[in-house]
Amino acid sequence: MASTATTADAGPVFHLEEEHAHAEGSSTMLGFWLYLMSDCLIFAMLFAAFGVLGGNYAAGPAPKDLFDLGLVAVNTTMLLLSSITYGFAMLTMVKGRVGATQAWLGVTMLFGLAFLSIELYEFAHMIHEGATPQRSAFLSSFFTLVGTHGLHVTFGIVWMVTLMIQVARYGLIEANRRRLMCLSMFWHFLDVVWIGVFTFVYLMGTLR
Amino acid sequence: MSAHDHADHADHGHGGAAHGSLKGYLIGFFLSVILTAIPFWLVMDGVIDNKQATAVIIMAFAAVQIIVHMIFFLHMTPASEGGWSMLALIFTVILVVIVLSGSLWVMYHLNANMMPGLHEMQQMP
Repeated sequence: MASTATTADAGPVFHLEEEHAHAEGSSTMLGFWLYLMSDCLIFAMLFAAFGVLGGNYAAGPAPKDLFDLGLVAVNTTMLLLSSITYGFAMLTMVKGRVGATQAWLGVTMLFGLAFLSIELYEFAHMIHEGATPQRSAFLSSFFTLVGTHGLHVTFGIVWMVTLMIQVARYGLIEANRRRLMCLSMFWHFLDVVWIGVFTFVYLMGTLR
Repeated sequence: MSAHDHADHADHGHGGAAHGSLKGYLIGFFLSVILTAIPFWLVMDGVIDNKQATAVIIMAFAAVQIIVHMIFFLHMTPASEGGWSMLALIFTVILVVIVLSGSLWVMYHLNANMMPGLHEMQQMP
């Protein structure tokens, strides 16, 4: 601490004088991962709410009366296929093939839209049968949890369209590659959340 | 596979983010299909009579499938981002376990103990 006296004349320095430079976007992936982890906590809360309230039917319809597991299986297949096609988009992106990347993104988007359509059909069917979010605590927590996941998929599709336009205009430039990698993490993360949804909500709800 | 990886790193060496390989994605997809199909089959066809056992088995399948997705689709390795993403993941998993197990445990006991008239009925002759 002898050097403190000598530098005291110039005033104390509380920061690193020379921070080594970071390349632009070098911390984006870690930052986006941290966002995904916080998103994971949102879903954990909603899963916990469903776990607590999922058996409170208020003499209303139970999961066994409402869920069509065949439809859920088709839905799960759509999301799983969209995951692998997004993987193919990433592989073609690495090779710098713009056309193939766009094509795979388009296929992914179609699978995402199919997933959303089936989910909206299911919701509409349930509401038509009187199983609205207001009916019971089970239905409130069900619509909140599955609806939040569906909303994430919706925004993922909006993001995908945005990036397809970006790639069409500017090509696979460094910034676009970074954005596509972030969306890749987001999209695969949504598939991971869906594993929890179909297991805990649909399959275990039907068992209950 | 190694030649392909080298080509990837040559033009994309920065950032340290992995993209995976075609083989990795296909293995992940194949495993996911199996790990999804078996729980649906178990529940839809009622293969196991014991519901508790079925629930435990499909939860185990879900846990394995989540790990498969983490490895083959999200390319999580202990070394990615200098270990920080794994640290964040572990922290999140701990929080998720606390939230889920705590909520279910506390609310189950609350439900069981606060059932109106339950204790009075038991004490009746």
